[in-house]
Amino acid sequence: MTEFLQQLINGISLGAIFALIALGYTMVYGVLRFINFAHSDVFMVGAYVGYYIGQHVPEHTIWGGTLALVGSMAVCAILGIVMERLAYRPLRGAPTLNVLITAIGMSLLLQNLGQYFFGATPRPYPELFPVTNYQFGGLVISSSQLAVIGVTLGLLIVLRFIVLKTKIGTAMRAVSLNPKAASLVGININVVIAFTFGLGSALAAAGGVLYALNYPSIDPLMGTLPGLKAFVAAVLGGIGNIPGAALGGLLLGIVETFVNGSQWSTYKDAIAFAVLIIILLFRPAGLLGRFTVEKV
Amino acid sequence: MLEVKDLSVSYGAISALGGISFKVEPGSIATLIGANGAGKTTTLRTISGLLRAKSGSVTFGGADLTKLPPHQIVARGLCHVPEGRMIFSNLTVDENLSMGAYLQKDKERIARDRDYVFSIFPRLKERLTQQAGTLSGGEQQMLAIGRALMGGPKLLMLDEPSLGIAPKLISTIFEKIVEINRSHGITILLVEQNANLALEISNYAFVLETGRIVMQGQSPELRANPELKAAYLGG
Repeated sequence: MTEFLQQLINGISLGAIFALIALGYTMVYGVLRFINFAHSDVFMVGAYVGYYIGQHVPEHTIWGGTLALVGSMAVCAILGIVMERLAYRPLRGAPTLNVLITAIGMSLLLQNLGQYFFGATPRPYPELFPVTNYQFGGLVISSSQLAVIGVTLGLLIVLRFIVLKTKIGTAMRAVSLNPKAASLVGININVVIAFTFGLGSALAAAGGVLYALNYPSIDPLMGTLPGLKAFVAAVLGGIGNIPGAALGGLLLGIVETFVNGSQWSTYKDAIAFAVLIIILLFRPAGLLGRFTVEKV
Repeated sequence: MLEVKDLSVSYGAISALGGISFKVEPGSIATLIGANGAGKTTTLRTISGLLRAKSGSVTFGGADLTKLPPHQIVARGLCHVPEGRMIFSNLTVDENLSMGAYLQKDKERIARDRDYVFSIFPRLKERLTQQAGTLSGGEQQMLAIGRALMGGPKLLMLDEPSLGIAPKLISTIFEKIVEINRSHGITILLVEQNANLALEISNYAFVLETGRIVMQGQSPELRANPELKAAYLGG
């Protein structure tokens, strides 16, 4: 039982990171109907920005860690907005395939710029937050796992508030449903899309810092696998659906951790993807996704 | 008030509008009638900035709209209720109305416009917290018009408001359109396939055929025109 709970906690903290990245995929898909493959590299850049800020603040302090986290989110939000402006906006109205190829190109560009500026060798990650292990009975929770779960929960609440209660959030939902109708009520679509990119990229950056805290070395290609899994999580939850992305991320993290702790650990990635295939066989639109039929 | 001059629009190689010109006078109800594919919806979409003109111009209150994006056109008081209503079906009725007032900063004015919309369509007030997608076709049309009214239009463009609505509700909607025009002085440009109905409530009409205006005049006169009768009014 203790073993089970321990794995569950580990799974939730891994899943929380997948969820943070998955949200960016799903939100961008919601407003633009394409998969931003460069998103996983924004996650990588986020980890690096956190790393560099970490060089200038004392380790093991809450304020230093928070500063690295918030700073990295801010830098990546700007990166996301610039990326959209330069690479994707000129392709507005172009066939989806063109945009998709551009996204892959953008991803390679970020990876290679990362290798150029950050160096290809993996670097040890500073311990930004205080490190302690809390014992509850036989369970061990590390402070960085707590940070992951706490920060993710906080960000999800903030995101939910933005999407459901604010004007720009309502505009995001309106654009996601029907961009033409949204522009006819006076919404500047470009502003909403830029905002969505900024928001999604900030979440990916938070994911990057938190991931690096738990898997303590980073390199410019670190985004690929977590990014792929987060993409799977977004599809699993129903692409375009925000609670779905969070749910899909958690589920995938938990499955992966349990498989990792079993005798089949070698196949953990294969099993994670098998779960995707099985769920999509029964719910083709994802767990919370819906096929919408428009009234004509 | 609204002036369209030599407007041409094409979809790729296919020409949809071949240089049409018309004017809408302030305070009036003008209508564009014509068969399917005549270019009525294309005309409205070009005026509101969803489509780009190949040549020609659209001016509104003296300002040139031809190159502006849709949200800046709305800001000038030209609101478009699109064909098929295009309400935000995943948002509540309440949220749809607030989105209609997206560009309005003045809270008092928003509250006033809201009351005005409820006075025209009391049904919307009963449905405020409901998801817009669960409304009936007629109610969705009311919401689409209400949403456009929240934008504080000087000119309201309506694209096929009778489409897909229970016949009983069509006359109600058309009465409301007249009321919006009379009581609030909002100029209306109406696009309709149902030519009878459109001519009944409008002051002036333009008949569109394959991208050209082939006939125009005072609505009562056109209703009596034998040629038009034969072509559009069912004899």
